[in-house]
Amino acid sequence: MTNSIASDLEPVGTPGPVRIDSPVRRVAKEFVEDPVAVVGLVLFVLIALIAILAPWLAPQNPYDLAQLDIMDGGLPPGEVSFGTGDTYWLGTDQQGRDMVSAIIYGLRISLVVATMSLGIAITIGTVVGVTAAYFGGKLDSFIMRIVDLQLSFPAILVALILLALLGRGVDKVILALVIVQWAYYARTVRSSAIVERRKDYIDAARCLALSNRRIMFRHLLPNCVPPLIVVATVQIAQAIALEATLSFLGVGVPITEPSLGLLIANGYDYLLSGRYWISLFPGIALVLTIIAINLVGDRLRDVLNPRLST
Amino acid sequence: MIVYLVRRAGQSVLAVVAMAVLVFLGVYAIGNPVDVLINPEATQAQIAATTQRLGLDKPLWQQFGIFLGNAIHGDLGTSFVYGRPALDIILERLPATMELAVVALILSVGLGVPLGVWAGLRPHGLAGKTIMGGSILGFSLPNFWQGMLLILVFAVLLGWLPAGGRGQTTEFMGLEVSFLTLDGLSHLILPAINLALFKMSLIIRLARANTREVCLQDYVKFARAKGLSGRRVVMVHVLKNIMIPVVTIIGLELGSMVAFAIVTETVFAWPGMGKLLIDSINLLDRPVIVAYLMLTVLIIVTINFLVDVIYSLLDPRIRLSEMKG
Repeated sequence: MTNSIASDLEPVGTPGPVRIDSPVRRVAKEFVEDPVAVVGLVLFVLIALIAILAPWLAPQNPYDLAQLDIMDGGLPPGEVSFGTGDTYWLGTDQQGRDMVSAIIYGLRISLVVATMSLGIAITIGTVVGVTAAYFGGKLDSFIMRIVDLQLSFPAILVALILLALLGRGVDKVILALVIVQWAYYARTVRSSAIVERRKDYIDAARCLALSNRRIMFRHLLPNCVPPLIVVATVQIAQAIALEATLSFLGVGVPITEPSLGLLIANGYDYLLSGRYWISLFPGIALVLTIIAINLVGDRLRDVLNPRLST
Repeated sequence: MIVYLVRRAGQSVLAVVAMAVLVFLGVYAIGNPVDVLINPEATQAQIAATTQRLGLDKPLWQQFGIFLGNAIHGDLGTSFVYGRPALDIILERLPATMELAVVALILSVGLGVPLGVWAGLRPHGLAGKTIMGGSILGFSLPNFWQGMLLILVFAVLLGWLPAGGRGQTTEFMGLEVSFLTLDGLSHLILPAINLALFKMSLIIRLARANTREVCLQDYVKFARAKGLSGRRVVMVHVLKNIMIPVVTIIGLELGSMVAFAIVTETVFAWPGMGKLLIDSINLLDRPVIVAYLMLTVLIIVTINFLVDVIYSLLDPRIRLSEMKG
C-alpha cells in the first residue's frame, strides 16, 4: 500500500477522506472474496455481540448467589432445574451455575481484558515505534535494544514473572499483557516507518517547517497502518490465549471475575471424574473465538500485503 | 571473532542484569520485602535477624548489590515450605523438565520436518491442506487446552494412557529418567506431545515455505532433469537446503520450551520445575519463585548466546554485520 505519489499531490495536512476511503473499499471487496474469512468475521461479530449484550442474553446472572440453586449442582447438559424448571442446555457446575450464562459472562471478561490491553499496547507501541524511526540515531538503537531484549524472552514467562510478583487482578492481567505486547507493535511500526520516512512526502512536509509531531502522526503514521492491522489481529488472538493460560494457571483474573480460562480451570478438577462439560464448553467458546480472529487475520494479511501471500 | 564474542556476551550479561532488576524491583520495591522474603510464621527475633542478614535496613541501591552478590553465589533464599535452599529444590526438578523438553523437541522436529516437506511438495493436495490446517490450530489454540483434550480423549475416554504424573523412573547416567521403563514412557507420551505441538506447527510452516521456495530453484530442476528419482531429489537436494533455517529456529525455540513447560507440567501434574513454580505461586513460597525466575532467565539467555555464537561460526556474514552495527 504505497500511495506516496497520491499523498505528494495532496494538499499537505489534509489526509482527506478521499485518500483513505478507496483503499478501505478495496480491502473490503477483496476480503469478502474468501468465504472462509467471511465466516470467521461473522462468527467474531456474533461472539463480540454476545459478550457486549451478556446481561440481557444470559438466562441467569451466574454471580448472583441468590439465583443459584445448590440442588442443581453438577447437572449434565440438557437437564432440567429442580427449582425453576429451566433447562440447562450446557449443564451446570458444582455450585449449580448455568454453564451457558457462565460462558457468556466469561467471554465478556476475556474480550474486555484482550481489547483493553490491545488498545493500550498499540498506543504505546505506535508512539515509541514512530518516534524511534523518525529521529533515528542513538534514540532508535536504544529503543530497539529494549524491544529486542524483551522479545528474546517468551511472552508467557514475562507475564508470569509480573503476575507472580503483582498478584491476581483484572487490572494486573491487563498491565502484564500490555508489557508483553507493546514491543511487537513498536517493532512493526518502526520497520514500516523507517521505509516511509525516506520518501519524498516526508521531505516535503519538513520543507514546510511542520512540527515534528505533526509529521510523525499525520504524515508518517497513516502510511504505517496496514502492517499494524495485521499484527494487531494476530496479537489479539494471542492476548486472549495468553490471558486464558494465565487464568488457567491461577495467576490471572480473580475468582470473582472468571474469564473463560478460569472457568476451564475450575472444571478441570472434574474432567477426570467424567463431568467433562464444566471445562469442555468454556474451552470450545475460547477456541471458536481464537479461530474466528485468526481466520479474519489470515485473510487481512493476504489482502493488505500481497507480498506475503503464498 | 573475539570482538563479536565479547559484544554478544556483554549483551547477554545485560539481559540477565535487566531481568534481575525487574525481579528485584518486583520483590523489594513493590510491597514490603519483609513480608515477601520472610516466612509469615517467623517470630519477631527471626524477622529482625533476617532483615539484618538480607540488609533490608540499607538503602535500595545497596540492597540491590547484596541481592546480586548473593545471587552470584547461588544464594537465592530459603524456601518457606521446604525449609531448604530454594535453588537446590529447583535443581532437583530440573532433570524432569529437561527430559520433557528434549523429548518434545525430538518429536517436533522428527514429525514437523517430514510433514512440512510433504505439504510443501503438494501444496494444493488434500494432505497438504490438512497439514496446514492442523498447524494453524496447533499454534493458535492455547497449549493447556490442547493438553486437556489429549487427557480427555486418551486418558478419560479411551483409557489408553495415564492422565498425569511421571510414573516409574530409572537411573540413567546419574539422572532420574522415565523414558527407559514402559510405565515411565506411557506417562511421558501425552505431555511430550502436548509440549511438542506448538513448535511442531511452527516447524511445519517453516519447512513448507522453504520447500516451496527451494523447489523452484534451478538446481532442483536440474536434478530432476538429470533423471534422479523424486526420492533422491527430496532427500538430498531439498532437505539439505531447508535445514539451515529449521536448525536456527530449533535453537531459538529451545529456551522457550522451558517456559512453555510451565503450562504442560501443570496440566499433566509432571513434577518438573514449571509445576514447582505454579505450586510456589499458590503457596506464596516467594524465594522459590525468585530463584526459578533467575535460573530460567539464565538458561534462556545462555541458550540464545550459544545459538548466536554457533550461527555466527556457520555464517560469517552475521558476525561481520554485527561488528559494524
